[in-house]
Amino acid sequence: MTNQEAQNKIKTEEYFINMGPQHPAAHGVLRLILTIDGEIIKNVEPDLGYIHRSIEKMCERDSYQQIVHLTDRMDYLSSHINNEAVCLAVEKGLEIEVSDRVKVIRTILDELTRIASHCLWWGVMGMDLGALTTYFYAFRDREMINDIFEETCGARLTMNYNVPGGLMFDIHPNFVKRTKDFIAQFKTKIPEYNLLLTDNVIFQKRTKGVGILTKEDAISFGVSGPVARGSGFSSDVRKHHPYSAYDRVDFKEILLTEGDTFARYQVRMMELWESVSIIEQLIDNIPEGETKEATKAVIKLPKGEFYQRVETARGELGVYINSTGNKNPYRVKFRSPGFSNLSILNHISKDVLIADLVAIMASFDFVIPDIDR
Amino acid sequence: MNFLQMNIPLNITKTISDWIFSIMPETAANYTIMVVIAVAYLALFAVAGLYLVLLERKVAAWFQLRIGPNRVGPWGLLQTMADALKLVSKELTSTIKIDKFLYNLAPYFVIVSALMAMAVFPFSKQFQAFDINIGLFFLIAISSIGVIGILLAGWSSNNKFALIGAMRSGLQTISYELSVGLSILTMVLLTGTLQLSEIIEVQRTGGWLILQGHVPSIIAFMIFMVAGTAETNRAPFDLVEAESELGAGFHTEYSGMKFAYFFLAEFINMFIIASIAVVLFFGGWLSPFGITENITWFPEVIWFIIKVLGLIFLMMWFRWTFPRLRVDQLLTLEWKYLLPLNLMNIMLMAIVIWLNWTI
Repeated sequence: MTNQEAQNKIKTEEYFINMGPQHPAAHGVLRLILTIDGEIIKNVEPDLGYIHRSIEKMCERDSYQQIVHLTDRMDYLSSHINNEAVCLAVEKGLEIEVSDRVKVIRTILDELTRIASHCLWWGVMGMDLGALTTYFYAFRDREMINDIFEETCGARLTMNYNVPGGLMFDIHPNFVKRTKDFIAQFKTKIPEYNLLLTDNVIFQKRTKGVGILTKEDAISFGVSGPVARGSGFSSDVRKHHPYSAYDRVDFKEILLTEGDTFARYQVRMMELWESVSIIEQLIDNIPEGETKEATKAVIKLPKGEFYQRVETARGELGVYINSTGNKNPYRVKFRSPGFSNLSILNHISKDVLIADLVAIMASFDFVIPDIDR
Repeated sequence: MNFLQMNIPLNITKTISDWIFSIMPETAANYTIMVVIAVAYLALFAVAGLYLVLLERKVAAWFQLRIGPNRVGPWGLLQTMADALKLVSKELTSTIKIDKFLYNLAPYFVIVSALMAMAVFPFSKQFQAFDINIGLFFLIAISSIGVIGILLAGWSSNNKFALIGAMRSGLQTISYELSVGLSILTMVLLTGTLQLSEIIEVQRTGGWLILQGHVPSIIAFMIFMVAGTAETNRAPFDLVEAESELGAGFHTEYSGMKFAYFFLAEFINMFIIASIAVVLFFGGWLSPFGITENITWFPEVIWFIIKVLGLIFLMMWFRWTFPRLRVDQLLTLEWKYLLPLNLMNIMLMAIVIWLNWTI
């Protein structure tokens, strides 16, 4: 009796299972409605809205300085980069050119944010695959970045360091030294990460060839960030549309062609090295200059549309501001990386096991408030 | 029948047994002693289980750059006691649509099967409750009852996550039972007996079995540790609970003491697997190189405990280092690699014994 005949003879039924809104692998309140045959997933339907706070609508009510603070709460692991996106858009509207000092400091902090975010993702990826120890290793190193941020910005998670026109205040005198200390230490930690998780046979078996995303699909679904680069889709905003000081640093855009979970993992691990190298290039020569250009107390953008894209740790974040010339915008739209990346989930999770879905989701690095806003 | 004196001629127990025999007729005294031993064992293993939990938390903390529990009692020694107290005093909640009878029965299957195995444990020459001539067989038989409890728990909870966990447990235990059994069989070829105390006595003159059987013994040991870890449903084989996939797996719907039974059973099972390994490969209660063999007052149970804790540490090391396997990889590992290797290993062991190549 062949496999097909056996399947025809034994009648089985697919069933539904709710993965979330409270589920350890979702890292937030994402509800996935799974259609499962045994343990094989037939359909994944994400159900959003459990943490929708209508940030875009609240932006229409607030002044431009206040909008910056709201973006902290979108992708909380890239809060500095989110802030910067709004600030850049507003600066574009006001036609302000910030000083080199601001640009360089913003870039350094962007990359520190990216390292912190990737650290957390690495720990959580291990945890999702059952290796709990990674989480604590990652948090040890992320803690040092948080300390740097705490000293300079006064906050550890929601920075609010960027304001339209520059930075809220100058960096802390210890900033350069502590960042250098961190970079020196962190360079010894990345090999440790590889030793603990990347080189593990079980880990590689769990991730290689799982959830393959082709380049064509990545482009047509609007996927961005490390997920797209793992499939060979060159989508790094820092490279293609440089902002802040990214045009003056030398870094590689990591592109892998496999498109599987392991490739997405590798892209992020290599990006850690790139971030380290960017910080090393900038940290020694932060130029002198103003930390904030003078803006009016009440910022009014001219009538028109303004768009700014930045590369967060998860992918491309776009900020669209439609202004009618008032003190608050007429309409604000955020193009968040998580939302676009989530749209591909059903496409690549067909006929995989539940454990694979968890691995795929971990490799996408979802931050749910970023998806829902 | 002077059942207790035969097995435990230590002075304290002898005094107790003499006293019991002096105040009641012989039959009643025998039954009383059985109950006393049973209660003592239960208490011993409840405490042992609790301290294994504490050890696990401490070991996990050391692996994870943490300190671990250190607030309740000195070095956190009373932490798990407090946890157990909390679990005992907790309300037993359950959902409405459960199969009440099976739901309540399941935890007892798991904990009773774990505790029953304790009966034949050879802690030391004098410290063994029940030295039957099919001790090893009894251990394997008893330890495979536990999976029924897990299956029942998953089925009766009326929860899809629990059901998936239970089904995984079924296929995992059935598969790895083979490897456990066959690797034990390999060693039985060498000892020629199933009685645990005799297996240990064999090693008094010839050296530990892992040395006596050299290559096939070492292979058998490695297979036994892998399969044994899988049998206890611990990481990297913890697909049954797989918290990032299934929430808590088969015991999702259990709370309070019933959950504690499952939890405790896991640790006692770990103790069982480590004990079997110690008896079969590392000479049970025998001291290394016979260093304490001539010291009559030295309690041999200490060697047994040290060896068992060493192997338990190894299993904890697995847990806090490796990621979890996937279901199909779990089965591939067993049926495509461990089982053929095991069968060849038995042949190898037979050849080694036939040609008298043992050390």
